Amino acid sequence: MNTLGRIRFVGKPVVFALCLIPASLVVTDAFELTGSLGANPVEAIQDRFGIWGLRFIMIALAVTPLRQVTSWNWLIRFRRMLGLFAFFYVLMHFLTWLVLDQGLLISAIIEDIVERPFITIGFAAFVLLIAMAATSTNGIRRRMGKRWQQLHYSIYAVGILGVWHFWWQVKLDTSEPAIYAAILATLLGYRLYRRLAGSRKRARQRRAVSGARGAPVGRRDAHPAPDYD
Amino acid sequence: MLIRKAPDVRSSEITSERNYFNRRRFMRDAALAAGALLVRPSHSASIPVEREAPLAEIAKSKFSTSEEPNSFEDISTYNNYYEFGTGKADPARNSKEFQPRPWTIAVSGHAENTGTFDLEDFVKPHHLEERIYRMRCVEAWSMVIPWVGIPLADVIRRFRPTSNAKYVAFETLHDPDRMPGQKLRALSWPYREGLTMAEATHPLTILAVGLYGKALPNANGAPIRLVVPWKYGFKGIKGIVSLRFVETRPATSWETAAPNEYGFYANVNPDVDHPRWSQARERRIGAGIFAQKQPTLMFNGYGEQVAHLYEDLDLRRNF
Repeated sequence: MNTLGRIRFVGKPVVFALCLIPASLVVTDAFELTGSLGANPVEAIQDRFGIWGLRFIMIALAVTPLRQVTSWNWLIRFRRMLGLFAFFYVLMHFLTWLVLDQGLLISAIIEDIVERPFITIGFAAFVLLIAMAATSTNGIRRRMGKRWQQLHYSIYAVGILGVWHFWWQVKLDTSEPAIYAAILATLLGYRLYRRLAGSRKRARQRRAVSGARGAPVGRRDAHPAPDYD
Repeated sequence: MLIRKAPDVRSSEITSERNYFNRRRFMRDAALAAGALLVRPSHSASIPVEREAPLAEIAKSKFSTSEEPNSFEDISTYNNYYEFGTGKADPARNSKEFQPRPWTIAVSGHAENTGTFDLEDFVKPHHLEERIYRMRCVEAWSMVIPWVGIPLADVIRRFRPTSNAKYVAFETLHDPDRMPGQKLRALSWPYREGLTMAEATHPLTILAVGLYGKALPNANGAPIRLVVPWKYGFKGIKGIVSLRFVETRPATSWETAAPNEYGFYANVNPDVDHPRWSQARERRIGAGIFAQKQPTLMFNGYGEQVAHLYEDLDLRRNF
């Protein structure tokens, strides 16, 4: 089997199964098979889906820096799956809140989304994730052209909104959100550094070959990856 | 063979039948009373030193709710007690080595009787009562808890506060070696709380020393804590080592940490939201995954007993 085959038929199923583990543990804990959800199971379920949503956002954001540092280009083939799992966990977090916590009481839900800033922020991140999940197929990507990448850059905003939502939700102990803020700062900061370093390098090279017609040297990180499988 | 004749008994020496029985009954009752004094002193609360030891002579109270209490498991493993960590499961997990005895309480401030008291002497003059109270956390969850305790009013009366005493201020133990959560500055230690004299002497306010008929578990604030059922749970300061009668309103820990979110009065009030979440509804612990949140009651349902304390107070400003 060639590399592509190995990714499609071995790598992706394995990664898919691994990504499902946190969700399965919520279910098995709910039935007291692997652990317990504790005295407040609704809160535990909501928190667990939420934290894994945030973690998968970080994991998806880590793909490109990791790829650049290691030159493992095949990593890019997993990024869509990781992003969709981020959407899945955030969706479950939202549905838990909507159904189990708020009991589908529309008036209370709207009031919370509109009046509680940390929920407004979380909801905004969720909406962006919906948009990205809905446009994640190869076909839509081709048809959207340049606009697809512009939309999918909003993963940066989702990361920021997600950490912010977490930070404003905790009662007092911000140590855990602070960790995610640091991780996000590293992942975004690295991209910023690459862009600045890249642009300086390109400016130097343009000056060096001034007069020659040429395509810009050096590739931007955001060159669209090949079609996913 | 010599047969001795018994001496004659004078008739006056023969006990009448009535007196015979009366005296025996008297002797029996006297023996029982003396025995009772030796074995179970009456009207004298005592808390054995063993962890979660059974408590004796617990009177029922008319202030108890008829609602079903939460399980001991839920009550003792889902706690906010940052002295042992900020997670809900942390206090039960991290307080296993905490020794709540021996324990002393310092009484000071504007009162005639002040001093430092061993816990045993502090509670002995009182009678233990069971108080099954609703407990509403500011985080919008609630439980029904069968406390065992003594009325704070009775305790205060013993110390005879002067007219300068307008508030009672409490403090928790401050010892990071025994309470590892205090090594972090989650809150500024020691935990402080306070009540107005009217709130402190209200019949509902108790110092709890037990739960489900046994001495308090560590996670619930062993060996002694405050319970004020019409206020948010953070007013129920745990592990009390100091009781002070003061003239000016004391600073309280959560109010100091976030004054726009937590106030001194902290009365349960569905009409006054926390800045970041609604207080109109609460999740009753133990009701199950699919249970709806239930409406929060004004003063946690104790309005009939306490509303009069706040007639002249704007509860929106004095939250």
